[in-house]
Order: sequence, then structure tokens, then C-alpha cells
Amino acid sequence: MITRRDLIKVSIAGAAVPLASAKIISAADTLFPERFEKQNIRWVFIVDTKKCVGCGMCVKACKDENEVPYDANITRTWVERYVLTKDGQVFADSPKGARDGFTGKKIDRGEKGFHDIKDEEIQKAFFVPKLCNQCESPPCVQVCPVGATYKTEDGVVLVDRKWCIGCGYCIMACPYGVRFFHPVHRVAEKCNFCYHRITKGMKTACVEACPFDARMIGNIKDPDDPVTKIIQNERIAVLKEEYGTNPQVYYLGMSKEVR
Amino acid sequence: MIPIEVHGEAWTLKELFTYPNEYIYWTIQIVMYPFMTGLVAGAFVLSSLYHVFGIKQLKDMARFALVFSFALLPVAPLPLLFHLQQAQRNINVFMTPHFTSAIAAFGLVFATYGALVAYEIWFVYREHLVKTALSLRDKADKTMSENVRYFVNNFLTFGAYDISEEAIARDEKSVKLLASIGIPIACFLHGYAGFIFGSVKANALWMTPLMPVIFIMSAIVSGVALCMLTYIIVMELRKLLADRKKPSRFHVTPDDLKSAEINEIKLTSRYLLLFMIFAISLELLDLIFRGYTAVKSWDILRSVIYGKDFANIFILQYLIGNLLPFAMFLLPGLTIRRTVIGTLLVLFGVFMMRWNVVIGGQSFSLTFAGYMHYVLPVIPHNMETYKEGVFGALTVMATPYVLFWLLNKIFPVFIGETSH
Repeated sequence: MITRRDLIKVSIAGAAVPLASAKIISAADTLFPERFEKQNIRWVFIVDTKKCVGCGMCVKACKDENEVPYDANITRTWVERYVLTKDGQVFADSPKGARDGFTGKKIDRGEKGFHDIKDEEIQKAFFVPKLCNQCESPPCVQVCPVGATYKTEDGVVLVDRKWCIGCGYCIMACPYGVRFFHPVHRVAEKCNFCYHRITKGMKTACVEACPFDARMIGNIKDPDDPVTKIIQNERIAVLKEEYGTNPQVYYLGMSKEVR
Repeated sequence: MIPIEVHGEAWTLKELFTYPNEYIYWTIQIVMYPFMTGLVAGAFVLSSLYHVFGIKQLKDMARFALVFSFALLPVAPLPLLFHLQQAQRNINVFMTPHFTSAIAAFGLVFATYGALVAYEIWFVYREHLVKTALSLRDKADKTMSENVRYFVNNFLTFGAYDISEEAIARDEKSVKLLASIGIPIACFLHGYAGFIFGSVKANALWMTPLMPVIFIMSAIVSGVALCMLTYIIVMELRKLLADRKKPSRFHVTPDDLKSAEINEIKLTSRYLLLFMIFAISLELLDLIFRGYTAVKSWDILRSVIYGKDFANIFILQYLIGNLLPFAMFLLPGLTIRRTVIGTLLVLFGVFMMRWNVVIGGQSFSLTFAGYMHYVLPVIPHNMETYKEGVFGALTVMATPYVLFWLLNKIFPVFIGETSH
């Protein structure tokens, strides 16, 4: 015969099993189911500098995709060229963000004009693509006085064009110089890993455009993602670690001359 | 296709290796912003010297400085509005303040300070307001302007007509209390402007915990100097007027004014010297410390400080803006003329200090391998080059005087004073 005591015991034990497997979810998660999904995603980027040839296809594709005026002297992503001479000098440039690729050998030094380096003087040279690092501790988000720039659950820093007051504090706070004022919208603008694409299962415009697979995007929370595997197994570096921003664009084949 | 001009491109010249998006984004208006808030804070601290520390000789100057500080107050956010790309959205700072940002607190700090100064002025002028209102009330057949004056004064009494001795004593006590609270708030208002710069870790020149303190000290210096200068100008004008119509309203002769003027000036200049010593010491400490520790950024900073910006920093700021006026105030037999030149130089020096911080901080690239030159737009060719050019700055600079003129109508700075 089942006593009252037994009944309580059994029901508690029976309830404990399904309860233990349940996960506490917040009200916000139930209201925004996509946010719940995003908690299992952290977008990261890999740049393999050894594969980059400085063709600038990524810059072009980015400008087209994200409606950044083609001829305006600002860009969400760019490619830098580094030339090291035998006497130990470092030259670097990124004319028009390398939108048209590096077509000549002369180094663009802005107001100082162009500098010609003879082939026999060159020790080594390489290209380094740059884009927003989607930092884990983004200083741009910290300093925005109105909260118009924010980090999403899946790690991408976005700008709300309808709320930004255009004070430029975020531009000042970014150690990587990725931010600028959009010439048409007149608010802060930056690379957002083509958020409109990646959230729909597509690759970023620059990744699609790169003919040499120098750029890769992936989800570091997914252990099977090829990007995660590279980060786990290869020797990688990030830019300007000393600022404590915890950048999430990882570089293969990095060199100490890179600024 | 005509290339679209990027914000900053009109006045930035880039040299050597800079990132493609780098321009001088913070320009003359951001130089004006700390300069103007500095004047506000400095003027207030000067007025507090009398109210809190009871330095009796500064009585006239104190009342003057208080009203002037209030006139300067609305002008502090003006350069920010000129600077914002979306100025119409400025209210967002109050609507959704994001408190991890140093700028977010601006609205709060500014409003608190404004309210405090307004209260203080009210207590200082309550007796005057009541007296004016009562005398006008009794007057038959008032003229139009008298009617307006009566209405304004009567309204501003807010119904508090008690001007018995006890009530006035209570007023004075309140003024003292408000002035004491005001000093830390004034320092906060401005120290916080320094924090906006000092906390930008991406900028090698700005990032130092000394920045807020340096800003406060130079703020007081500039505020005191501007009060002295404006005080002299007003006194000289009054002397001229007193000369013309001998039996004036308050029966003061030019000689009375002259002795009062030089007394106030001599005493104030001593406080100016004191704060100048603090300001210069801190700035030099910062410079020496940077050179001594010589971290990664020092190479580029050195090339900016001792090379590209040498004239701006060492000649215009330190020599002409600090050393020269310092010597002028220190030499015995201070005259009004020497004071005018001295205060002008001090103001110039503080302006150059702001310039060298704001523009100097952006004159080198984040790459530490390139430079940017700022070409100040003089003749505006569009709204942007007006707002962020010479004329925009002049607009900001002239506004407080217009406001001061208006405020002086209601809160006359010189009432019932005599020589000391």
C-alpha cells in the first residue's frame, strides 16, 4: 500500500529528474528567441597575411555591399603594405585603403609624396588586411554617451544610425582606427562583419571576394568550425593587445612591424 | 562622379603612414569646449574666494565673477552643439545616458552646476530684487521699460519679500553654503572635461591621470584672468561715464573707481600667480614623466612635442602664455595697463594649452608612424567649415558677453559700492 509519505517521496524524485535538465532562461530570451540562439555564437575572424596579395578585391566588395561611398576616402576594411629594406627601415602605406590594389611599387607617404624603393634594397614585403576587431571589451562601446553603439550577444559591435549623435568619441577611443563618419548618414560607421549577411548564414562580402582565402569568418563557440580549429591549433596573434581590448580578429603570419 | 567629402578631410593633411580613416575629427570647437568650461569654473572659484573664505577685499570682484560665470555657463555646451554631426539629437544624452561614457554625465553635471549658480545669484541679489520691485510698485505712472523691470524683478523675488536683517543674514548663510558646495562641483565640471580626454586609452598624448587636475588648475587660471580683464574693461567704461555725467546714480567719482580697481586687481593677481604655479608644475611633471618613462609611444610624442609642435608648445604656450605674464605680475608696481596685457597673455596661454592637447593629441597617427596636420578653416565655404572654423570659434567666444550684458540688466554687478 502506498502511504502518503511514499507518494511524496516518489513525486519529488520523479520531478527532480526533469527539473535538473531544465535550463533557466530569462524573460528576454523567451521574448526574443533569436537572442537565445545567439548565445551559442561568437563571431570571430581570421586573416592569413601569408595568403594576401594586396589585390583589394575585399575593399571593393565591402564598399559595394555596405554602401560606403566608393570614392570617399574612408573605408570599413583596408589592406596595408609593409616594405622592409635591407638597412632596417620600415615603409608602409594603404593608398585609398588599397581599394584599387597595389598597382605600383612606390610607397604613398601622403603630403611627403611618393617614395621609390629599388627592388634590390628590399629585404621583405607583405600585406596585412585590416577590419574591425569586434573586441570583447570594446572601448568604442564604453565611451558612447548615448549607447548608440553596442555589442550584440554574438559579439559584433554595431552602430544605431538613428540614435548616434555624431560626437566622434568612439572614433577617438578606437586604437585601430576602424571608425569614421559616414559621409552620407553623418554618423559613426565601422565594419560589422556584414552582420546582415552572417546572421543569415552567409559569409561576409570580403570573405566572399577574397580569391586566395586570406579571410575567414567563423563561430568560435562551435568546436567543429574550421576557424575555431585554426585558432586552437595554429600560432596566432592579435593587434595591439596592450590596450586591453581583447580583439577577435586573429592573424596568421603576423610580423612585429605591423602597426 | 564627384567624390563625397569625408568629415575631417577639409582640414587634415596626412603625412607618412596613417590609417585610411584617420582625420582630425576633434577640431577648434573641442578646443573651445574645455576653454569655455574652464572659464566658467575659474570665474566661480574666484567668486567663492570671497563667499567661502571671507576674503573681504574681493567683494566687488566676487559678485562680478558670479554673474559672469552664469553668463558663461550656457556657452560651455555651445561648442559641443557646433561640433556634433547630429546636433538635433543632443537630447539623446539626457534620454539614454550611457554612464560608462565620460560624456554621458555632462547633462547631469552641467544642470546641477547651473542650478547651483542660479540659486546662489538669487540669494546674492534677493535684497536688490525686492528693493527694486517694491520701489517700482509704489511708483505711479510707470514707463514701459519700468513696467518691464517691475514685472521681471517682481517675478524673480518669487514672493519672498522679507528683507529684515535676520532674513538677509539667512541669505548670506545660504550663499556661503552654496558657494562651498559649488567649489567641488565647479572643479568636477571641469576636471571631468579633463577626464574625457585623459581616459582615452587609444590616445598616447591624452592618456594620463593628471589630465583632470591639469585642466582644473589651468581652468582657474583662465577664469581668474578673464574676470580680471573684463572687470578692468567694465571699470574703465564706468570711469568714462562717471567723467561725463558727474552726478551719477551712485555718486562715484573716477578717482574712487580707480583706487577700487587697482586694489581688487592687485589682490586677484596674487591668486592668479598661485594657480599658475600649480598649473605649470603639473604640466611640466607630465612632460618629464613621459620622457623619463619613455614607453612605446614616446618616440612619436617626442617628435611632436620637440619637433612639429615645438613653437606651439614651448614658444606660444610656455614662453608667451606662461612665463612672460608670470614675470609681469610678479614685478612690483603693477599697473592696470600691465595687467591687461598680462591677463590677455594668460588667456592666450591657456587657449594654446587646450589647443596643444586637443589638436596636438591628434597630430600623430595611431600607427605611431605618421602625422596629421590641422589646417584651421578661416573663410568658411560651407556650414561645416563655418562651424569648425575661425568664425564658429568667434561666435562661441562672443556669446558670453552678450549674455553678460543682458544679465547685468537684471542683476547689476555694481550696486551701491564705494571705494575701499
